[in-house]
Amino acid sequence: MNVPTELKYTESHEWVRSDEDDVVTVGITDYAQQEMTELVYVELPEVGQKFNAKDEIAVVESVKSASDIYAPLSGEVVEINESLAEDAAIVNNSPFDDGWLFKLNLSNPSELDNLMSADAYTAKIS
Amino acid sequence: MDDLRRSPLHDTHIQLGARMVPFAGWEMPVQYEGIIPENRAVRQKLGVFDISHMGELFVSGNSAGSAAGWLDTILTNNVAKLNIGQGQYTLLLNETGGVIDDLIVCRQSDTNYFLVVNASKVEEDVSWMQAKLPASGVTLTNRSAEFAGLAVQGPEAVTAFQTMFGDSAQLPERFCMSTIATDDGDVIICRTGYTGEDGYELFCTAATGPNWWQRCIDAGAAPAGLGARDSLRLEKCYPLNGNDLSPDRTPLEAGLAFAVDLHKPDFIGRETLIRQKTKGLHRRLVAIKQTGKSPSPRAGYLVLSGDKEVGTLSSGGVSPNLRCGISMAYITSGHNKIGTALDVEIRGKRFPAEVVKKPFI
Repeated sequence: MNVPTELKYTESHEWVRSDEDDVVTVGITDYAQQEMTELVYVELPEVGQKFNAKDEIAVVESVKSASDIYAPLSGEVVEINESLAEDAAIVNNSPFDDGWLFKLNLSNPSELDNLMSADAYTAKIS
Repeated sequence: MDDLRRSPLHDTHIQLGARMVPFAGWEMPVQYEGIIPENRAVRQKLGVFDISHMGELFVSGNSAGSAAGWLDTILTNNVAKLNIGQGQYTLLLNETGGVIDDLIVCRQSDTNYFLVVNASKVEEDVSWMQAKLPASGVTLTNRSAEFAGLAVQGPEAVTAFQTMFGDSAQLPERFCMSTIATDDGDVIICRTGYTGEDGYELFCTAATGPNWWQRCIDAGAAPAGLGARDSLRLEKCYPLNGNDLSPDRTPLEAGLAFAVDLHKPDFIGRETLIRQKTKGLHRRLVAIKQTGKSPSPRAGYLVLSGDKEVGTLSSGGVSPNLRCGISMAYITSGHNKIGTALDVEIRGKRFPAEVVKKPFI
């Protein structure tokens, strides 16, 4: 199972990458995409929407079921991964790179301290 | 999953790395490689499904007509028409014409009939049927626990059959059955399935199930799970009991008139069906296709025409072949014509869809 060490993680299997300033990129982990199986649809928030940490922010759907994705941190959506509208399977094929979901401009960057390290997340899923 | 029953093929599934899920009281494989590739394997080549959870019932009579005569009072199709070796799709109805179960009945011999029923309904079917048995002359035996079942489905099914049973073995015609004696015991072969592809269902002793599974694999079949099976049957608009069939919906509403013989003098539920046929139906099970980019439609979602609620999805999913959302729903008369534009409400938003001709593919 791939768990990149430079990322931070949530209990609900999202990953967070710190970009520049207070902007982060968010996706779901390799473990999550394997558990979900082949994704057929991703429902993303709209740019400009604001969320609190742990709010439902997106939905990923496999052939079998739909799963909520939670905002790992509080902030405003500044970009979404438009390519997923055409091919949700990108999330399966490249969960940490091409399959990112959205970018948040954090309203409370100190929340980053609440996230798990790669080691802690690896321990959780093993 | 402690209280779930296990298939005779359980260890085989685990060895193959299947994802196991609870289904109809059983722990069954939902997928091996993935629902989409398994669906493709069945549509393009060959797949094999474990159907050991399904029920096998045997009805025998003390004379040629007694078993058929009784079955014709509790099933909708015409059992008396079956020659030895022939089978048919049929329904078991309650007193008000609602569906208890849908099943295949095959005439095994002069006086014996073989019934394949849904896993979730075995106990209910048996107790319903026991209560309707005549005082003498007909016996019903539930032998579900004795059998393993495999569904071999796909365009290469005939070739695989000859590989498994030898060139001289005869694959029964569509909807027919035969019993084949082999070195590994007798197996019942029915030329039936739930995928819309050619294929057959093989019933063997539980103990020989893993051997027969391996023979299917060796003959070129890809292991396929319940997820692929559900996507395949939905693409062909085959109803799933518990979703598309229920005790408060009749086979006429479900579009299954081909499996109902209203010319038979009497069978349980007939009165309601005659009345519906005379007065017309209030709703019908239709096929609905999402017309734009949409999340997956799923059972329970509302169907709207403008602001008017006209039905609820009974099954839904994304078709691996059409790559769009497909579903079935009982839709109020007046909104069920092919081409009617409707909306499916998904998590509070409406997504455009239309009624299309069955099957989807």
